[in-house]
Amino acid sequence: MKALKLKRDWIIGWLLLLPAMVFLFAFTHIPAITSLVSSFYSTPRGRRPAKFLGLDNYQRMFDDPVFWKVLGNNLWFALGTIPLSIALAIVMALWVNDKLPGRGFARMAFFTPTVLPLIAVANIWLFFYTPGFGLFDQLLGLFGLPATNWLGSPETALNSVIVVTVWKEAGFFMIFYLAALQAIPKTLIEAAQIEGANRWTIFWRITFPLLMPTTLFVSINAVINCFRLVDHIFILTDGGPDNASALLLFYIFETAFRFWESGYAATLTVALLVMLCLLAIGQFFFFDRKVHYK
Amino acid sequence: MTSVSLKDVAKSYGRVEVLRNIDLDVEQGELVVFVGPSGCGKSTLLRMIAGLETITGGELRIDGELMNNVPPAQRGIAMVFQTYALYPHMTVRDNMAFGMKIAKKSKAEITAAVDKAAKILQLEPYLDRLPKALSGGQRQRVAIGRAIVRNPKVFLFDEPLSNLDAALRVATRIEIAQLKDSMPDSTMIYVTHDQVEAMTLASRIVVLSGGNIEQVGPPLELYENPRNVFVAQFIGSPAMNMLDCKVLACGAQTRVSREDGGDIVVPIASQAADEGKPVKLGVRPEDLTITDSDDYLLELNVDMVEALGETTVLYFDTALDDPGFIAKLPGIHAIRKGTCLRLATPPEKLHLFGTDGISFRHR
Repeated sequence: MKALKLKRDWIIGWLLLLPAMVFLFAFTHIPAITSLVSSFYSTPRGRRPAKFLGLDNYQRMFDDPVFWKVLGNNLWFALGTIPLSIALAIVMALWVNDKLPGRGFARMAFFTPTVLPLIAVANIWLFFYTPGFGLFDQLLGLFGLPATNWLGSPETALNSVIVVTVWKEAGFFMIFYLAALQAIPKTLIEAAQIEGANRWTIFWRITFPLLMPTTLFVSINAVINCFRLVDHIFILTDGGPDNASALLLFYIFETAFRFWESGYAATLTVALLVMLCLLAIGQFFFFDRKVHYK
Repeated sequence: MTSVSLKDVAKSYGRVEVLRNIDLDVEQGELVVFVGPSGCGKSTLLRMIAGLETITGGELRIDGELMNNVPPAQRGIAMVFQTYALYPHMTVRDNMAFGMKIAKKSKAEITAAVDKAAKILQLEPYLDRLPKALSGGQRQRVAIGRAIVRNPKVFLFDEPLSNLDAALRVATRIEIAQLKDSMPDSTMIYVTHDQVEAMTLASRIVVLSGGNIEQVGPPLELYENPRNVFVAQFIGSPAMNMLDCKVLACGAQTRVSREDGGDIVVPIASQAADEGKPVKLGVRPEDLTITDSDDYLLELNVDMVEALGETTVLYFDTALDDPGFIAKLPGIHAIRKGTCLRLATPPEKLHLFGTDGISFRHR
């Protein structure tokens, strides 16, 4: 009798888990494993089935200059966006956490980029960047500087995308910092004031260390976002010129769905996944020693 | 020597006045307790002395220097918060050393000061722990240690025992009393809503209510000779009983009649103008005794009995929202609900309060 009830609980338990598991397997686990398997095969075409290639695809990847180029781009993109957007997020959060007139409006303004659909926003940025009569060139023109093809020249294309990304991400991260700031008891700051700490000392010695769990969370998310980003590039530069603003995921998309080389694309995907895993784990262990959890 | 001096100090938020006409001199070496019900402004007053709240009127002086606009760090004060306010990411040692590190004191000096404070508070085994690995009482000791390390002119305590459980509260209260004894020259101002803390720790109590100082004085003076009805009922537990009476005859002694009949001669002086006026006759529950004689104050039926062992508390005339008339007798008494009892009190233990609430002894 008891065994029967136990079995029924067990079945109900699995039935409850089933819907979530179906989605998890269908969209995460199975594609991941299929990608891993496909990465060792050639791309099937027409009546020619996929052929087992072993590590040939990986060899090709290591010899592929575009792969290294987009990887380098991605690294530069990460370095350009992550520290800057986190720093901006903290500054904005500190600012709107203070008592200031129009605080609600400022919070809303900072968060707006997160809410707006990127397609719409990118069009505004496209205008800002338009050579000759875009906002930036008009402003620079006031100082007599020549027009720049921001999105069209290899030197500035990636940096222009970085600016848009920082603008978009900082407000989102600010929300996390704002929540964390509000969780810090006010008496801690008062105790520090009584002990003679100025605002700068209070920030570096008390506030910032207590924000570390948030910084860890935000930075892991920022890194993942860096490698996940494709939409900006589609709209702003389409990866050009000469792959100057192409990132890894964009390259994977191109390989898979423009050049229809799904085998090689699978190989690139595996490389991306491995890198993401390593980064997340590394960050976790690196920060864990430095993060104080309450 | 006067350590902290408040002259006509006031505080208002916009048009809301939370403190007014606060005059108080705290001598060096005193432990002054601010006590009062929630919202009376006692914590605000302490925070104004600390510099965490602005002073909107009057003068605050510490050691004779005007402090109204001096930042907290330069007032020579240290504060112990109700929530301890320890920096959670720093060890006990770093918590206590924080202020000195900011002041750029030498390492040897810091270590010496921290070790000395840790020794006084018996915190030596915990110096390398984080606050989260300490009990509530230990955390509060660290907070006190952090104050000692600063070597302040004035210690400010903001309800330091409120977050501790009952047993720890008693233990920590005794520790604070001993700490005060070991530092006879340091001035302390202590805020609490607990009158036991106030009575046991204070050299003087300041009773606050609704933003005003009601009375200042040594604990037993406040108990024996309260200035008004508020202080009389706030100090002492259960609160002092008040009976509505009318003055019949004035002089060195006052003869009053109770509304429900019967005259009493109270050995308190009154003025001719008091004759015929309504007054309140105050009697403390613990001053009442049961009597069989005809010389009694009241005859009442017992509504409820609380037998606590050490004392027996009797409730008479209990109504919703009003505990009625209360008597507190020492020891155990076999009294049952509904019994009719005669209560008596020595006349010198009685108090008389005029219509303005002021005690006749304080006029």
